[in-house]
Amino acid sequence: MDTQGQQLLSAREIDTKIHRLACQILENHPRDPFVLVGIHRRGVPLARRLAKFLETDRPDVRSGSLDITLYRDDPQNVDAVSVLGSSDIPFNLNGQLVVLVDDVLYTGRTIRAAMDALIDFGRPSKIELACLVDRGHRELPIQPDYCGIARVTGPGEYLRVLLREEDGQDGLFLVKSKSDSVTATAP
Amino acid sequence: MKPRKDLLDIESLSIEEIEHVLTNARPFKDLIRRSVKKVPPLRGRHVLTLFYEPSTRTRSSFEIAAKRLSADVTNFTVSTSSVVKGETIIDTIDTLQAMQVDYIIVRHGSSGVPNLIAKHSAASIINAGDGNHAHPTQGLLDAFTMKEVCGDIAGRRVVIVGDVLHSRVARSTSTILRKLGAQVGYFGPGPLIPDDRPADIRGFSSFEDVFDWKPDVIYLLRIQMERQRDQFFPSLHEYHRIYGVTEERLAIIRDRGIYIMHPGPVNRGVELVDSVMSYEKTLINLQVENGIATRMAVLHWLQPGTTVREMD
Repeated sequence: MDTQGQQLLSAREIDTKIHRLACQILENHPRDPFVLVGIHRRGVPLARRLAKFLETDRPDVRSGSLDITLYRDDPQNVDAVSVLGSSDIPFNLNGQLVVLVDDVLYTGRTIRAAMDALIDFGRPSKIELACLVDRGHRELPIQPDYCGIARVTGPGEYLRVLLREEDGQDGLFLVKSKSDSVTATAP
Repeated sequence: MKPRKDLLDIESLSIEEIEHVLTNARPFKDLIRRSVKKVPPLRGRHVLTLFYEPSTRTRSSFEIAAKRLSADVTNFTVSTSSVVKGETIIDTIDTLQAMQVDYIIVRHGSSGVPNLIAKHSAASIINAGDGNHAHPTQGLLDAFTMKEVCGDIAGRRVVIVGDVLHSRVARSTSTILRKLGAQVGYFGPGPLIPDDRPADIRGFSSFEDVFDWKPDVIYLLRIQMERQRDQFFPSLHEYHRIYGVTEERLAIIRDRGIYIMHPGPVNRGVELVDSVMSYEKTLINLQVENGIATRMAVLHWLQPGTTVREMD
């Protein structure tokens, strides 16, 4: 399996996409306060970068992180004993407008789990969704409010997002697995 | 790391497994800060507590842990069950097996009973204390608590004081702490210190000796009144005088910043004086609090089997 694959976005383009997402969020909410919550793992640095772009207009925008392991509905992989991440939401969510942030939107199951997890922290007035890439193939009625790039993957294809905080570099790659029988790794 | 069906003792755990449970206990502990303290991973699973010995705190701790993971909990109360009618343990297990529970938490006065049940049951078995043998979740919660306050366990010195011989807590806690690199010592009445203690465990003849060793933690064991028929020491008063944390000893402990641990419930005036409970480095209540998070991590980690293993 090719680990790099075909480059869809360069580091510079990733930066532009995140900047655009920030502008769209701001455009949608010129006055309302909101908070950003990144989904582990790559949603967390993404949320932080969005906050950075928002700094001039919203110097007080806060971002938190959410681990959704305990809320997943996928069949338990018998060989994988899941290590939990920490959720860090250092503010009250009651009545807040929350923008959930993730790198890849795929089946929508991660977002379903994230909404359940979020609601256990408090009752947001509204939840919106921002993602860097939408690769299609939804299994739940969930759509992004803000989306960097849409690229529907074909059989045996999956997307690999690299972010410097996690991976040492930025980039979006389309990876083809050699055999179609290999199930694409969920993002 | 392979998933595991049962938790029966500390000896059989790898360092990796211990670290896994201790690492996952942290996010479970953080849940208490949320408005909803419950998470869904054990939704639809059934946990049964099967206690053949009285226990309030351990049983409640497991029950709260299971409920916070969204499991259903049934307490199998032994005194009102068929056990008084002479049903054997195996018969009871067959009955429970037919009820399709997923996890059974067992406490029994005889060593090895949880192992026996584990062999006969598809459910995950968690040993909540068997005879003088083991109390693995106590060991795990003690390690988690020490890690939380001391940072790293490796190189720390812990003296376990009291009736080590009859204590499953001493066995499990000393084993896990040594596995994680701590130095452990025993101090207690001669007949209550096992003759076959491992060579790396130090013995002490007085509290002065204990202090000279510069321990980080003094771990007091509960004097189990119900087990004192054999008169291992002259009187509780004598025990307190020699092995208890008195006001004078507390002054030294406070001065040196030594932590005090105790598995509870404490016998005030025996293992310790009242003022120990308000000493700022007494971790007794923290141990209770951490017990829930640690047991959640254990329940989340174990995976019930689908079939009963063949008997060997």
